[in-house]
Amino acid sequence: MKGSRRVIKYIAEGLFTLSGGITSFAILLIVIFLFKEGAGLFSSPTVERGYALCVHASNPTRVLDAREIKRAFDGEASAWQEIGTGEMTGEIALLRLEDLDALYPGEMDEAGEAARRRVEEAIGDRPGVIAFLPEEYLPESEEVARRLETGNVTGVEFFAGGEWQPTVAPAARLGVLPLLLGTVWVGFFAIILALVPGLGVAIYLSELAGARARAWLKPTIELLAGIPSVVYGFFGLVVLVPFIQGMFDLPVGESALAGSVVLAIMALPTIITIAEDAMRGTPRALREASLALGATHWQTIYRVVIPHSSSGITAAAVLGIGRAVGETMAVLMVTGNAAVIPHSLFEPVRTIPATIAAELGEAPVGGTHYQALFLLGCILFAITMAINLSAEFIAARGQKGGGA
Amino acid sequence: MIETKHVDFYYSSFHALKNISMRMEARTVTALIGPSGCGKSTFLRLFNRMNDLIDDTRVSGECLIDGEDIYHKSVAVDELRKRVGMVFQKPNPFPKSIFENVAYGLRVNDIRDKSFIAYRVEASLRAAALWDEVKDKLRESAFALSGGQQQRLCIARALAVSPSVLLMDEPASALDPISTSKIEELIADLKKEYTIVIVTHNMQQAARVSDHTGFFMMGELVEFGETARIFSCPEREQTRNYVNGRFG
Repeated sequence: MKGSRRVIKYIAEGLFTLSGGITSFAILLIVIFLFKEGAGLFSSPTVERGYALCVHASNPTRVLDAREIKRAFDGEASAWQEIGTGEMTGEIALLRLEDLDALYPGEMDEAGEAARRRVEEAIGDRPGVIAFLPEEYLPESEEVARRLETGNVTGVEFFAGGEWQPTVAPAARLGVLPLLLGTVWVGFFAIILALVPGLGVAIYLSELAGARARAWLKPTIELLAGIPSVVYGFFGLVVLVPFIQGMFDLPVGESALAGSVVLAIMALPTIITIAEDAMRGTPRALREASLALGATHWQTIYRVVIPHSSSGITAAAVLGIGRAVGETMAVLMVTGNAAVIPHSLFEPVRTIPATIAAELGEAPVGGTHYQALFLLGCILFAITMAINLSAEFIAARGQKGGGA
Repeated sequence: MIETKHVDFYYSSFHALKNISMRMEARTVTALIGPSGCGKSTFLRLFNRMNDLIDDTRVSGECLIDGEDIYHKSVAVDELRKRVGMVFQKPNPFPKSIFENVAYGLRVNDIRDKSFIAYRVEASLRAAALWDEVKDKLRESAFALSGGQQQRLCIARALAVSPSVLLMDEPASALDPISTSKIEELIADLKKEYTIVIVTHNMQQAARVSDHTGFFMMGELVEFGETARIFSCPEREQTRNYVNGRFG
């Protein structure tokens, strides 16, 4: 009997150890996968894979970066002096596959020898040409048409770029700033909006509410944390967005403000629960000491209870921010999702999680856009991890107590 | 002077104090002794209405401090507590500096005059026989002090608001013998200015520090009189057994 019990014990211990190990390993693998896919962005070409940019062989320009390519193809730059190194002058002539199709109807349908000759012909006729074509349409010799070097996506372009246009051809604009700032903007105002009522409710629950009110309210508030975010988003879309639109007389109600309000509501349960726990953790001896000195209930709350629980309150706020920054669905539904650097609360913004959710489905696997979205995921991961670590740090520092 | 007349006290349905009538003269030390759960702490906490903090309690009878019924509707509890200071069983300094601990009672009294606060802090720390030990580290955390020093800090904190009554709930029970004797010396000193009521489990301590002693049992005041008499020739059998250490 004893022997078999020992065997069972060993098996059980082994299983628990194994499952713990596998889980930890799986989480580690996921993080590694995330960063591996994200890091791939910096070895991706600026111009979409399978396509190339060509210029006339007489054109001395060798390299163009993504911003210059975009300016040329958007018509912002019409002369070669405005882009590149300045060696080339004259007007820019754009040439896309559809332009060739219009020039030589029917001949460009498949990428054969005939099509390639037509391409050579078209480029040869236009000294100021910049052509954006699939690689198989390019002439093999570089006598007439020469491929431009476009390089890879750079870190500066990604982290300091102010435009997020991942699907424009020929060169996607992958600047993360609008999304990062959108996230911070929405999250920051969410926490400002949530903190005052959150702390108010926490003080009420911890210090003022009777036993019966507490017994009802606390579970109700905790229940709010369990409502799926899409429901909050739906509420925001149907109620909040029209309300904001009417109240501030905006062209559209989908705005940073709507996102902030929805996030604030979602962050409230976290803030209330953690702050209230911290306040109730104030030792009875300290409250009694304060009251026994003739302090009123309010004086005791703001001179003893709040300072004593300040680290818990800070942790509550920080975790609330963490929730707000990582939240996807509700924000996606109410912020309008315009990837521009926010200037006011009343403009549409787009956050990092909303971008990932909205775009990952249409980004070709392994492509530049796909990798950029993964890198966004890495950024989000880093932000939320930093937030959670600082919350832990603040809470741990508070537990040591003491200090003047 | 503190006086109670036929005081009864209930924790919901539990009858914790039964018909207590007692008179404590100004500038004397009254010790309350008795076995655990006899109601002596409850009785002590009547005088600064700390029992009000507990839900579902009830008090009847009269409880007078300097002739005023402290349970009358017109009494502001926070004002009462400024006149009736309290020292707790375990030292409970605030997580603030030594200076701020003592200044706390003044600050909640809306006293902003810095020189007056500094003066009261020093005077209170001197009265609590702590000044010489802490005068060079007033800005340091109160938690840096030893247990005995913390308790004297709590006494100084109570003295800073100039109460007339000082309630002490087993003030030395968490301290070592040397700290205890310091507290006892302090009590002898403080009685010149304050009316002191002290709850203690330590019979010798009651005999050493008090002028009068009240013996409580099962919520009743069994015997009350001069300390010397209570300990040498108590009138009641129960008192004699308790002070001689036969139970409790």
